[in-house]
Amino acid sequence: MSAAPVVLEARGVTKAYGDTEVLRGIDLTVRRHEAVALIGASGSGKSTLLRCMDLLEDIDDGDVLVDGEIVTEPGVDPVAVRRRLGMVFQAFNLFPHLTVLQNVVLAPVRAHGVPREEAERRARELLARFGLEGREDQMPDRLSGGQQQRVAIIRALAADPLALLLDEVTSALDPDLVGEVLVLLRELKERGMTMLLATHEMSFAREVADRVCFLHEGRIVEEGPPEQLLASPSHEATQRFLRRLLEGGRL
Amino acid sequence: MSTVSTVVVLGALLVAVTSSKGWPEVRDTFFNPSDFADSFPQVLEGFWLDVRMFVVVEVAVLALGLAIALVRVSSTPALTPLRLLATGFVDLFRGVPTILVVYLIGFGIPALEMSGLPTDPVILGGIALTLSYSAYVSEVYRAGIDSIHPGQRAAALAVGLTERQALRFVVLPQAIRRVIPPLLNDFISLQKDVALVSILGPLEAFRVAQIEASSNFVYTPLVAAAVLFLAVTVPLARWLERMQRRRMER
Repeated sequence: MSAAPVVLEARGVTKAYGDTEVLRGIDLTVRRHEAVALIGASGSGKSTLLRCMDLLEDIDDGDVLVDGEIVTEPGVDPVAVRRRLGMVFQAFNLFPHLTVLQNVVLAPVRAHGVPREEAERRARELLARFGLEGREDQMPDRLSGGQQQRVAIIRALAADPLALLLDEVTSALDPDLVGEVLVLLRELKERGMTMLLATHEMSFAREVADRVCFLHEGRIVEEGPPEQLLASPSHEATQRFLRRLLEGGRL
Repeated sequence: MSTVSTVVVLGALLVAVTSSKGWPEVRDTFFNPSDFADSFPQVLEGFWLDVRMFVVVEVAVLALGLAIALVRVSSTPALTPLRLLATGFVDLFRGVPTILVVYLIGFGIPALEMSGLPTDPVILGGIALTLSYSAYVSEVYRAGIDSIHPGQRAAALAVGLTERQALRFVVLPQAIRRVIPPLLNDFISLQKDVALVSILGPLEAFRVAQIEASSNFVYTPLVAAAVLFLAVTVPLARWLERMQRRRMER
């Protein structure tokens, strides 16, 4: 596994909003076919890190590398970088004025120049494969939260991304709808999709992630295989975080 | 119940007005059927000019208003001078009464005596209305664009669209749908305000009615003009309401 090439990398990434330092020097690598989970309390910087990796936010210092190339240098077109990555948001962020099919084909057609017919054929295939056959022409607000998030994941997959960035993709869902989204992500993992995911579903992190990184106050204070980090964390902040989750019945 | 109360209230109003001391006089000067019939064809002819002006100005307003709004919401540093200009434009034309804008443009532009500038009062009046209404309408568009959740832009960028594509395919379609009701409100307002161009002299409905009124010492032609405006704005308002309702149901 460690021989696989690095697809995503952060080197000393810092980011502040005004006086608030959100990221204080993040070093992180994600190798091909690897799934890395970011855990930590809300406000620990997980979402910001994902947004910075997708160049949706400017970073203050450090570098982000995609496929071995520094992408946070002047002269690098962020649009071209984002086209190679897929991002899924906590609140789905589907385009409410477009049908399910139109949501999925917008980027392939407009950003990647795929002929519409071909893009639609591929979108229908993807939707069918993930149990959304017959939903193509519905508006997103007619779907359940779980279905909407699956559409959002398929939208991110439509252009064959190098890696998926997943930002708390189950935390806006009713508990009984979480399962269907996790099943989809598990399948993507089995197919070898490279993933960096922020999550507070520890059971999911344990099951799918090859590596778990614990973020605390803008730093990765501990990382390791899930069974080790979640069962016997060595850092005091990690122990406190996991104990609180345990008390809240979330583990 | 509601029908009964409506009849009672309207009936009482009608009785109150028609039993007033001046009513016979008012009836003869404002609501004289033969004066109405005499002046109606001329007023109607004038009204046709109002309709044409309204259609052309409305199209221009929708385009110019959107252009101004897009400049104002842009964040490109290179557009800063244009952005300041757009802000100044909105402050100016929203702050000055429309009738004054019509006056200043209608009499000021010809006074420059520069070749190539329009001198036709209909065109000058149309330009004045376009400037004034574009300032308002651009703010309506801008409010709509600002109301779209930033997550929509983020999602559009995340799938690989450029800023411009995100605006065109994701933000604007949603923003425009959202501001259709206030846009339609301005639409009806403009439909009436074309009468302001009369101060520059073109023979539109109000102007024709005024001439008819003062030459015969009756006010019925003005009522005829009012009826014509109502004949367009009221059905327009109802039609728009129905469209909106249908949109909501979908």
